[in-house]
Amino acid sequence: MDNKSGQIDELISQASELRWKIGSDYHDKLTEGIYADAASITQRAEIRKDNSASYNFDRMLDKVLTSRTFGFPIMGLILSIILWLTIQGANYPSSMLDSLLLGTVYPFLKDLSSQLGIVWWIDGLLLDGIYMAVAWVIAVMLPPMAIFFPLFTLLEDFGYLPRVAFNLDGLFKKSGAHGKQALTMSMGWGCNAAGVVATRIIDSPRERLIAIITNNFSLCNGRWPTQILIATIFIGALVPAGWSGLVSTTAVIGIAFLGIFFTFFTSWFLSRTMLKGEVSTFTLELPPYRPPRLWKTIYTSLIDRTIIVLWRAIVFAAPAGAVIWLISNIDISGHSIAYYSINFLDEFGFLIGLNGVILLAYVVAIPANEIVIPTVLMLTVAHFGISNFGAGDGVMFELDSETQTAEILQTGGWTLLTGINLMLFSLLHNPCSTTIFTIYKETKSWKWTTVATILPIIMGIVVCFLVAQLYRILM
Amino acid sequence: MEEVNKGCEDCAFYNAAELKKLGISVENADYVIALAGNPNTGKSTVFNALTGLRQHTGNWAGKTVTRAEGGFKYNDKRYKLIDLPGTYSLLSTSEDEEVARNTILFGRPDVTVVVADASRLERNLNLVLQVLEITDKAVLCLNLMDEAKRHGIEIDDRTLAKDLGIPVVVTSARSNEGIPELIQTISQVASGEIVCKPHRIKSLPKKVEQAVQSLSKKLSGLYPELPNTRWIAMRLLDGDQQILSAIKSGDFISSGNGQ
Repeated sequence: MDNKSGQIDELISQASELRWKIGSDYHDKLTEGIYADAASITQRAEIRKDNSASYNFDRMLDKVLTSRTFGFPIMGLILSIILWLTIQGANYPSSMLDSLLLGTVYPFLKDLSSQLGIVWWIDGLLLDGIYMAVAWVIAVMLPPMAIFFPLFTLLEDFGYLPRVAFNLDGLFKKSGAHGKQALTMSMGWGCNAAGVVATRIIDSPRERLIAIITNNFSLCNGRWPTQILIATIFIGALVPAGWSGLVSTTAVIGIAFLGIFFTFFTSWFLSRTMLKGEVSTFTLELPPYRPPRLWKTIYTSLIDRTIIVLWRAIVFAAPAGAVIWLISNIDISGHSIAYYSINFLDEFGFLIGLNGVILLAYVVAIPANEIVIPTVLMLTVAHFGISNFGAGDGVMFELDSETQTAEILQTGGWTLLTGINLMLFSLLHNPCSTTIFTIYKETKSWKWTTVATILPIIMGIVVCFLVAQLYRILM
Repeated sequence: MEEVNKGCEDCAFYNAAELKKLGISVENADYVIALAGNPNTGKSTVFNALTGLRQHTGNWAGKTVTRAEGGFKYNDKRYKLIDLPGTYSLLSTSEDEEVARNTILFGRPDVTVVVADASRLERNLNLVLQVLEITDKAVLCLNLMDEAKRHGIEIDDRTLAKDLGIPVVVTSARSNEGIPELIQTISQVASGEIVCKPHRIKSLPKKVEQAVQSLSKKLSGLYPELPNTRWIAMRLLDGDQQILSAIKSGDFISSGNGQ
């Protein structure tokens, strides 16, 4: 064995000797050799006919989609169309699911449990807490996801995403980040955890960290419904009914673009402070356009993405529903835990143009962003003693109409400012717990996980504070 | 009637009916198959067609970032399939290239299938030639044939197979064309029915070629069972730290598959 290890040492020293002899251009020579062989083999095997019509079509499309003048407007237009289709299209199936799960199944289960004589607190915890949270998440999330994901996948299949990366590359470079971050950013619009995993396509650890930390600024699927609802109630209501759909869509798109702005800003900030370094170059292949396979895409994106993301949401929503019910129903000297928490957070909430209810909802909703709005409504009803709605303390529910929701929120002291700031805070706050866990798994660093968690909250608080002060001076 | 049946048994399409997609259950595999290729050549589509899994596919480079695994059963043999991240080469130090390289080198798959884009043959061959330096048992899956035709490109797959010294299967995985033939070819290479005589890089400067040969000879002396001493010699000349430490620890031997 000793003999062998001696031979190995000899081999290694011979290798390094030969390295010196060959010189530093060995790598280039090897690559050249491979290229030369590949070229000669190709020449023998390939027959090219002069049939460039389809190639020219690809070229022409590329010229338009990645043009300096039209590239960005087209990107904005495509994103707007997808969002508009999602917002408009999700309305009807959402209310159908809602009336099925909450209007029919919920009373039936309540009835059943009272007939079986189940203890009030088990009944409350299971049905009013857990069932309600899960039902809400399905009703609110399933329809927009079932529309958004297939549309996005069709676009991906067609080959548009690399063109987006190409368009945004210059901006990312200027902010000291990697051009492929455009791809992970767009993945984040579906789900931040998926976006964080997708950053593996970025080789440089510095740029990858930037991409991970800023992925949270891509409005994720769990936050679109919040944005849409609040925009409809507070911003859509400012204009005549016929325009409200368009205006609220614009507001939501505005928030999405603000998210893109924050992605650039934070990348720029990080690459000049904590994560200094050179921008690495990369080759981005613009793949050929391929006609998407419509049915297959719809099928796989429904099964793979929609159902998986939905399942995750349900898993996290169920315990959150239990927590909401518990903090609203466990009393300490006459008042619920929720009551104390809300009062404690109210003052700070007011300072940044929000309120205690919203802040508490965000604490409870760390596992899943999609339950923020139901939590807010439920806590508002319980806290302000509104009696016409809901089924009791800590019962999560959705209201039949946006008018009713608006009524509740206005009773709870909500204004246009609260609405705007909730939209801003929904964009700028910590990632959900799944994403935080994914960030840790990907970075293996508590430090960067903490930065990725805390940084957006600080930004959210600062932005909301500034907007609140400005609003109060102007109005 | 019997005659007809006999004819069928030799036919790839008939035998592909024996294909059983195993999804993610890959235990007790008889053969391990690695799937390599340039980014965006349809590796994941081929992977899905073989395993019946629905790994997410998308039209952009670098979509598969992790090593996906799946399985299928064909003619009573179980195959484990590893979908490697797409790479343009195996020579650099980026994470995805290392995953691909280490799987082929240390994992020693029974067959390495290189998926290539038929309309970009020359660039794709660069990776094929590198894979052929590492392993003897390989199949070239010439995918996206439909697209190449659309661009007016035709490929003489027989000449290509002869020059590369490995079987070449023409596919359009999106529409499942050529997949039965691919499966059959994989099984034939795995069982040793088809023996490959892979192309080795010829256009190297004399000085380099000599250095590679003398190191390679020494390596074969030390590790007689190594199939890819030439490639390891090339890596040593490039100062690859991972290969250096693998030589010191003897990793080539211990983690070999089925050895």
